[in-house]
Amino acid sequence: MALIRDGKIVEDAWRHAEDAEALDHDGPLFAGLAHWRQHFGQLKSRNRPTGLRLESDEAPEDVEDLLAYVDAIALSFPKFTDGRAYSHARILRERYGFDREIRACGEILPDQVLLMTRCGFDTFELPEDAKAETYLRAFQAFGVFYQPATDNRPFAARLRRRQEEKAS
Amino acid sequence: MYRYDEFDRAFVLSRVTQFRDQVARRLSGELDEDQFKPLRLQNGLYLQLHAYMLRVAVPYGTLSSRQLRKLAHIARRYDRGYGHITTRQNIQYNWPKLEDTPDILAELAEVEMHALQTSGNCIRNVTADPHAGAAADEISDSRVTAEIIRQWSSLHPEFAFLPRKFKIAVTGSPNDRAAVKVHDIGLRLHRNDAGDAGYEVIVGGGQGRTPRIGQIIRSFLPAEHLLSYLEAILRVYNRFGRRDNLFKARIKILLEAVGVEEFTRQVEEEWAHTRETAVDVPLEEVERITAYFAPPPFEDSPPPASLDALARDDAEFALWRKSNLRAHQRRGYTIVNVSLKPTGGIPGDITAEQMETVADLAERYSFAELRFTKEQNIVLPHVREADVPALWQALRQADLAAANIGLLTDIIACPGLDYCNLANARSIPVAQAIQQRFDSIKRVHEVGPLTLNISGCINACGHHHVANIGILGVDKKGQEFYQITLGGRADEHAAIGTIVGRGQSGEEVPDPGGSLVET
Repeated sequence: MALIRDGKIVEDAWRHAEDAEALDHDGPLFAGLAHWRQHFGQLKSRNRPTGLRLESDEAPEDVEDLLAYVDAIALSFPKFTDGRAYSHARILRERYGFDREIRACGEILPDQVLLMTRCGFDTFELPEDAKAETYLRAFQAFGVFYQPATDNRPFAARLRRRQEEKAS
Repeated sequence: MYRYDEFDRAFVLSRVTQFRDQVARRLSGELDEDQFKPLRLQNGLYLQLHAYMLRVAVPYGTLSSRQLRKLAHIARRYDRGYGHITTRQNIQYNWPKLEDTPDILAELAEVEMHALQTSGNCIRNVTADPHAGAAADEISDSRVTAEIIRQWSSLHPEFAFLPRKFKIAVTGSPNDRAAVKVHDIGLRLHRNDAGDAGYEVIVGGGQGRTPRIGQIIRSFLPAEHLLSYLEAILRVYNRFGRRDNLFKARIKILLEAVGVEEFTRQVEEEWAHTRETAVDVPLEEVERITAYFAPPPFEDSPPPASLDALARDDAEFALWRKSNLRAHQRRGYTIVNVSLKPTGGIPGDITAEQMETVADLAERYSFAELRFTKEQNIVLPHVREADVPALWQALRQADLAAANIGLLTDIIACPGLDYCNLANARSIPVAQAIQQRFDSIKRVHEVGPLTLNISGCINACGHHHVANIGILGVDKKGQEFYQITLGGRADEHAAIGTIVGRGQSGEEVPDPGGSLVET
């Protein structure tokens, strides 16, 4: 499946474990919270990149103990209208200082990727038959933002202050 | 008034370009209606019974005469020559063509306007006291707070896909003209014993199917922490509000389910985190915004004696003066309310010509500034008392001098079944029938202050729950019926009305409505 990373389309090496047998997969793998709880020893000692996949009703507070062991977190959007993972990504980044990959998977619209980026997502699984070009263009939709968020994009109040400092 | 700087301008132009691209994708078939829907909704574009409807944001109801002229131009060029002022201080057009909407947004951007977040499950356009900066009873100017919230909430990355829509209102006066107790969040500006400015934070009010009066979760929030506290409330709601049932998704349901104490605890816990971020606005930015709302150059002029003389001679003027004027904070000035509720009209509708007349009058008599109200009327906030007679004459000529502000015929009504695909019953004809029954303006004045509101369905867009007399359209076996409620109010003593009697047919309503008024 296609993935957007750093504003480019790349091949996705990761797989999502559908069942316990898939945990034997010899490559980068996302496992769900239930798998992490059941097969913790196996997952933490895998010598391949291993991630945690959280559904939108699973809270970051409940996985604090796992964060040290995971190489990436995938936050799922069961529907594009389910906005919980935007908050979850911010909490993972800002409260727990999680600095590895946070990816968005599930139903993602082009017009959402910029918002997700601002909340701390850095990779995006493209839905099947998605027009990649539309998604890539959507990152550029806005160059100015009113509020600070997880990303370090400049926001209006700070830019205004800088401008005043320059003027004086 | 707030004026855009280069950042605001760049932002709104980006939005126009983005929307033009979305419409092009829809028209080319790349997007189907289902995929287009969430995108157009964030831009205030609804699909109604007969056509698309475009709702344009008027931040906290404040606009300039130049902006009103542009709204008139849009009504004439892209619609059928009129617009409709909404109960959230916005304006909507009922007949735009989809392919024209990007051009409409481009024209709006020329005068620092847009349609962002006037619909969709996001933080909606913030509302405030329409008499802000003018009212004699004002403690603090709610426009400054509202502008800070406007900027913060515009394209907020975390809160664009909430469980349901989210409405915030602000008042800076003890006499609440913004209905803060029936909003998802209501903010009441006040000062604590030490004289510091802050907010009473009210959460979980609302109308719709489950009308609720909001509850106070913090009696004093220091002003400088406004945004971090709002962000904490929104985050708790975004995470824990119900998403399984559209009708139980508003914050009032969450608040009720967990209880106000537990909800408050969750917000305070979240706030401990959000207040450590950079979201709270630095003092110099507050000062920059406040400066835009400095009082206009008032002149010291004693109130003229001639007003009383004219009122003695002209009964019509006397009634209009009594109902439509409000006390101003400056001696010699007054607040003039322009009623959009003439008998037989459509509540809140205004023609392009009337918009231009009001724009002219605002320039001549009110420092080119005006406001839209949640009662679907217009305010000229800063009028010299000496100019009142001339202003009244001009309003009369434009059929804009109905002397009924705050009275029985100043009816709030939703568009109802004449336009809306959610409605069960018509609202506009009922409003007109009631106005006709009380066509004697003298009689309406004798009855005194009274609110009567009409909603065409249970979604309560016509604010019937919070009217002294509320009328709700329901569908009974394919027929339009109306349920009457009594005792609601939307002010600082907000209350939800109680249902009385059985449903009435459309022809019957004016009579029980009338008898209730008579008694």
